[in-house]
Amino acid sequence: MTRMTMREAISKALWEEMERDERVFIQGEEVGVWGGTYAVTKGFYDHFGEKRVRDTPIAEAAIVGSAIGAAMTGLRPVAELMTINFAFVAMDHIVNEAAKLHYMFGGQFTLPLVIRAVSGGGRQLGATHSQSPDVIFAHFPGLKVVSPGTPADAKGLLKSAIRSEDPVLFIENATLYQMKGEVPDDEDYLEPLGKSKVQREGDDVTIVAYSKMVPAALKAADMLAEDGINAEVVDLRSLRPLDMDPVIASFKRTNRAVIVEEGWRSYGVGAEVSARIYELAFDYVDAPVKRVAQAEVPLPYNAELEQLALPQTEDIYHAAKEVLNG
Amino acid sequence: MEKKESLDLYKEMVIIRRLEERAAELYQLGKIGGFLHLYIGQEAISAGISSVRQPQDRLITAYRDHGWAISAGIDPKAVMAELLGKVDGCSKGRGGSMHMADTELNFWGGHAIVGAHIPLAAGLALGDVYQGNDDAVTICMFGDGSTNIGFFHEGLNLSKVWNLPVLWVCENNQYGMGTTVDRASAVSEIRQKAEGYGMANERIEGMDVMAVRQEVARVLEKIRKEGGPYLLEIMTYRYRGHSMGDPERYRDKAEVKKWEEEDPIGIYRKYLIENKIATAKGLDELDDEALQIVDEAEKFAEASPNPDKSTLFENIYVEPTPVEYRGYALEHESEEQ
Repeated sequence: MTRMTMREAISKALWEEMERDERVFIQGEEVGVWGGTYAVTKGFYDHFGEKRVRDTPIAEAAIVGSAIGAAMTGLRPVAELMTINFAFVAMDHIVNEAAKLHYMFGGQFTLPLVIRAVSGGGRQLGATHSQSPDVIFAHFPGLKVVSPGTPADAKGLLKSAIRSEDPVLFIENATLYQMKGEVPDDEDYLEPLGKSKVQREGDDVTIVAYSKMVPAALKAADMLAEDGINAEVVDLRSLRPLDMDPVIASFKRTNRAVIVEEGWRSYGVGAEVSARIYELAFDYVDAPVKRVAQAEVPLPYNAELEQLALPQTEDIYHAAKEVLNG
Repeated sequence: MEKKESLDLYKEMVIIRRLEERAAELYQLGKIGGFLHLYIGQEAISAGISSVRQPQDRLITAYRDHGWAISAGIDPKAVMAELLGKVDGCSKGRGGSMHMADTELNFWGGHAIVGAHIPLAAGLALGDVYQGNDDAVTICMFGDGSTNIGFFHEGLNLSKVWNLPVLWVCENNQYGMGTTVDRASAVSEIRQKAEGYGMANERIEGMDVMAVRQEVARVLEKIRKEGGPYLLEIMTYRYRGHSMGDPERYRDKAEVKKWEEEDPIGIYRKYLIENKIATAKGLDELDDEALQIVDEAEKFAEASPNPDKSTLFENIYVEPTPVEYRGYALEHESEEQ
């Protein structure tokens, strides 16, 4: 184990997989000479060269589209989108090609492709650069959507994504890049795609979260512990496929749940997870499931207003108290 | 070209023509669903290009793909079965008219979103360059209509920036659905768009299969030798509507008739007779053989079963992955068991 930041964990996963497999290469805006706009690929260009660390034009359809084509020939591209907000420019290629070609041609094409993208707000980037639209991409069968909430998971999940035979959208959160944690050194350390994970055990209330909301939920759980409440925190890690087993197992013990997401509430992760709780564990419901999410407004530039709209640790704490009193 | 090869080329064009005429009939009978875009009138291009495409050259095209499927070497039986949505179709009945492919034949589809396959083609070529397949060229077909969408420009630009061996081929059939090129494109010669990317380009005629063959062979050779992309605009005409649901209010019958006189099959037939490669009688026999192949393809497709219901969820992913929701009926069924 080594203590490192999430940025280092992601970078290490990429580096190790590129060392391990010649077919793995990176392409995207400023991934090469610049070293990555979030410095994730710093040093890659000098080590792996321009063939495997490919700077592209600012043209997301070309970035994702050509990565799909290259994957069809047997390569394993990792296409980087500077932020997930630009994925809309490549939406057709993500939705109509990456998610469908394997099925639509009777299994003839395989697309071992990873698309990395940074999601989330809180950095005063204004409405177009601050969204958390992760759930939109999880809507489509054929695509896998993964988003880690700890440095260890970031490494293990990204390595699994790169080794996967299926297209994976790997969503990172810019405000988590500095988050530190213990990360296994093993070069074959893999975390399974499509498996939720209990990040903290407890019997009183279930808090379901992913990505940036995992550390927030863990903090809220600490606050609840001071009040004598033991919260269990379940990290979804994958939005598609969505693994409800640990959520349901937890809920059957706690009978109360709060679902947290950074994105907007309507039609969101909270909506999906709470619906499944009602479908799978209705007899265990002691209080209506609560959802904590982003206020439904295009995120403003002003820092105070922006933070007001984003879900906070205190919100999770209060929501948990509310379901316990309900 | 050997005599047999010349005659096979003729037969191939006739098979495409007859198969599509049959498909139109089956469509009217409700046996083919969805959209059906016929290639009739453009056969000299798929036949001509495919006759000089080398096995290592990848081929990718848009949704008007039946002719390409046959020219690429897919058995007409598998093409017809796909049109009927049957399990023996080249895409196992999952793709339909617009999504035919056979990776064994280096034919990468059949893509239905206008222009979306253009960046994919750049990626196919990148795959070859990356893996050291220096002798391979990716041939990417598209219509005039797709040159007005952003994908085209992103794909062409990337291919030039990365110097990828792609033969970009615009089949200019003069209409994007029902809109003439000059009403949809800022320049009426599509080849001019390549100029914006510093890319070599040319416009050629597409009704004479021998001419298409010769010109494309020359350009493929040039790409193989010099590398980098090249755009070829091939002038052609589709005799039928954009799809089967096209009322064709945008053009008059005289225009269609004028082009039908330039029929690629007629032109090639004349060439074969004049050059004493075949006799009229010999070609009539090939016509009969082609018709018989189409008859057999239809019979095969009719007899082929529908895909089994149990296979509905096959091939969503390569790796075993749970299905999130199987639909009300199937979920209900499994609850009862």
